[in-house]
Amino acid sequence: MTTNTISALERQYIVLTQGGLPVCAKPYHWVAEQLDMSVDDVLTMTIDLKARGVIRRIAAVPNHYKLGYQFNGMTTWDVCDDRALEFGKKVGDLPFVSHCYLRPRHLPQWNYNLFAMVHGRNEQEIKQYQHQINELLSEVLQTHQGPANDILTSTRILKKTGLRLTSTK
Amino acid sequence: MEFDLLSQQLINSYQRDFPLCDRPFLKLAQQFGVSEQQVLTTLKTLKKNGVLSRLGPVFNHQQAGSSTLAAVAVPANDIDRVAEIINNFEQINHNYAREHHYNLWFVVTAPTPEDLTQALTDIGDATACEVLILPMEKSHHIDLSFTVCFKPVMEQVS
Repeated sequence: MTTNTISALERQYIVLTQGGLPVCAKPYHWVAEQLDMSVDDVLTMTIDLKARGVIRRIAAVPNHYKLGYQFNGMTTWDVCDDRALEFGKKVGDLPFVSHCYLRPRHLPQWNYNLFAMVHGRNEQEIKQYQHQINELLSEVLQTHQGPANDILTSTRILKKTGLRLTSTK
Repeated sequence: MEFDLLSQQLINSYQRDFPLCDRPFLKLAQQFGVSEQQVLTTLKTLKKNGVLSRLGPVFNHQQAGSSTLAAVAVPANDIDRVAEIINNFEQINHNYAREHHYNLWFVVTAPTPEDLTQALTDIGDATACEVLILPMEKSHHIDLSFTVCFKPVMEQVS
């Protein structure tokens, strides 16, 4: 597991912006003022944090429930290891997949190594997506350690809070 | 909820690419052929009515600490009690009930790998459950937004 060393100033930047940037014409000016930096330095720091993978993307984060996507399904797949990365990327490119990860198997209880989260407005839509992923993966799925795939639909959200860093280390 | 064209464009194009410059909303406005003020007004409305939870940097939890997906298998009639025990751990930021033998799925985040291991042990002890630990294999990590298809939403509301 690699860890990025984050400077004190970068930590301040994270704490300040993790709740979002203000919706105004010059959002980075606001950051610059708060952190007593120049706007150029804020932009350079942002580019650097992105390059190091600390920031994944700078984006609008939609509330999928408000958009009508009230169902999500975690589809899980047993894909042969030497093709997993290649096909994981293909699955991640599907427009209805929000997250796609490779994770280690835990045999014999858990034989799936590829996880793809799909979102839909009803259960039928999610099953349809599962079917489409199944077709895409057909040549690399394996069944010698258990079923080739499964889908875990969410019945209830029991807790959901964004990760928050605190200003003290 | 109904969305005008600009809202739809902003929701979908914005999930991935926020121009990184002095006046990002001006750049988007030029892209969509509207004014900067229109973009700002639309985004403010989308934020106000909760369609967008926030705008800004999305941080990689793994880089800011250590995290993993985990699951436990709990008898159906015991799920609320166990979920409450798990949710009381401050290291938990997501917990979903899912229809499966493994029926509680949660994300555990801690400042260091050692803290993470300790938290997982504590959760196992507190719930008397064997915890299935499924960390992301970092080098193969893919993280994407998804395209919102607006048509059915419009049909639903009309």
